[in-house]
Amino acid sequence: MSELTDLYQEVVLDHGKRPRNYGPLEGATHRAEGLNPLCGDRIAVQARLEDGVVRDVRFEGSGCAISKASASVMTGFAKGRTPAEIDAVFEQFHRLVTEGPGAVDAESLGKLAVFGGVHEYPTRVKCASLPWHALRQALRGGGEAISTE
Amino acid sequence: MSVSGTSAAGEKRLSGAAPARRPAPAFDAARAREDFPILRQRVHGRPLVYLDNAATTQKPRAVIDAISRYYEEDNANVHRGVHLLSERATRRHDEARKRVARFIGAPDPREVIFVRGTTEAVNLVAQTFGRTRVGAGDEVLVTELEHHSNIVPWQMLCQEKGARLRVVPVTDTGDLDLDALEALLGPRTRLLAVTQVSNALGTVNPLPEIIARAKARGVPVLVDGAQGAPHLGFDAAASGADFYAFSGHKLYGPTGVGVLWGRREHLEAMPPWQGGGDMILSVTFEKTIYNALPHKFEAGTPDIAGAIGLAAAIDYVDGLGLEAIAAHERELLALAVDALEAEEGVRLVGTPRERAGVVSFLVGDVHPHDVGTVLDRHGVAVRAGHHCAQPLMQRLGLAATARASFGLYNTPEDVDALVRGIRAVREMFA
Repeated sequence: MSELTDLYQEVVLDHGKRPRNYGPLEGATHRAEGLNPLCGDRIAVQARLEDGVVRDVRFEGSGCAISKASASVMTGFAKGRTPAEIDAVFEQFHRLVTEGPGAVDAESLGKLAVFGGVHEYPTRVKCASLPWHALRQALRGGGEAISTE
Repeated sequence: MSVSGTSAAGEKRLSGAAPARRPAPAFDAARAREDFPILRQRVHGRPLVYLDNAATTQKPRAVIDAISRYYEEDNANVHRGVHLLSERATRRHDEARKRVARFIGAPDPREVIFVRGTTEAVNLVAQTFGRTRVGAGDEVLVTELEHHSNIVPWQMLCQEKGARLRVVPVTDTGDLDLDALEALLGPRTRLLAVTQVSNALGTVNPLPEIIARAKARGVPVLVDGAQGAPHLGFDAAASGADFYAFSGHKLYGPTGVGVLWGRREHLEAMPPWQGGGDMILSVTFEKTIYNALPHKFEAGTPDIAGAIGLAAAIDYVDGLGLEAIAAHERELLALAVDALEAEEGVRLVGTPRERAGVVSFLVGDVHPHDVGTVLDRHGVAVRAGHHCAQPLMQRLGLAATARASFGLYNTPEDVDALVRGIRAVREMFA
């Protein structure tokens, strides 16, 4: 049986409590909102894209420890990457949170690997992926609120 | 814990109900618990403490057996066959309807319409009664306490008709503002849709007063009994209400079956809702003559086993005594409210004058989803979220709450387990 501390690892708790890159982003070029209709959580992501690279990205909204920590770690990870790189990492990340660390090359995920316990908690997969959906929607030029459903 | 004696009203109720089981002088939740096979299991290595009864209740052996027995012995389609099985299935389906009618004090079993659940019942009324009664510029009145299923069908109707949806506000305690209700009941009000008990806060609405005020203005009232039926029951004839809706699965019965009760004169005047078999007397391509009540509103093969299972659930509940169950649940709820109020960092959401079944709470600034996950790992099943009552959450300035909801098989030990779980939440997110 998995332990609660697999889900709520120290790093996750820390990012949930003190999220990095939280707040509005001046000069944002891309934005989108992720909505989880099951719980009413919202994560809004803003990014500044220059020369095809994410120069800065921040988020705002209300959510659980998992979604806030995921947004916090994700925004740190996304800086300096291209939308295509982010899409590729998301594929790995999604596999990590649905199938577990054994299904992916955990090293390539770096800090994102702290979400390796999420797959034991199927109801929380959407919490971890919500900010990613919002970021990818923003970078695709969306702007509409997107839903995890 | 034991609760002394069944009240006079409970005895009266039972006398006409032919209970399968005589109520013990004191209600014994621990014994009743043994009637529920699912509760014997452990989850995450701990005994299951099921506190999500407002979402759905567990099913006693008597209900599970009644459904199995129907499929093993009586299964056939109803109102069709001339053969023995079809006669038996039809008779049992009819008996289930009569059982429901007795349970809710409906004067005539033909006023009892089987539907899929409360949601379908509300939609049925909105799409038939509502469509013929509500026009452009008219108003439909709902309350801030309603579940989405008693908001959205009316919103859809109002959009279609150019009518206006108006909302009775709640006070900060989670009670309806009855002065505001009085002011909102106007000459264009065509219907008031109100819940018996709030699924999110546990508020028991003062229905006699609310219905009396609506009636004084000639406004028909639909009561959402999804949460009320299992804890308080209902007396349709005495209530003054025009419609009552509830779900079988929140009353220890199966999912997929529920009830709409309506006053005969309304049901007779209402057009049918869905067309199909069973709801017709004769069909030609030129004209169809609709069947009489209740069949006019029951197109297609009904959930026969579901209705039989619901009747078995009602037998079970009445056998224990609804009054005795209610008294037990009131004690448990008082215990839970006291324990949570005394717990550091816990805030109750809603402190209504009268409460049934439900207590909503927050633990510090921990998100209710995280509270729910930690409690689950301690064997305690609660609901975390907006409880399908987003307008109410918005009014309270919250995205979500954690909700513990009680049933007849819960015990004071379950409250202890909840408190221990909450302490673990605080420890983890300290």
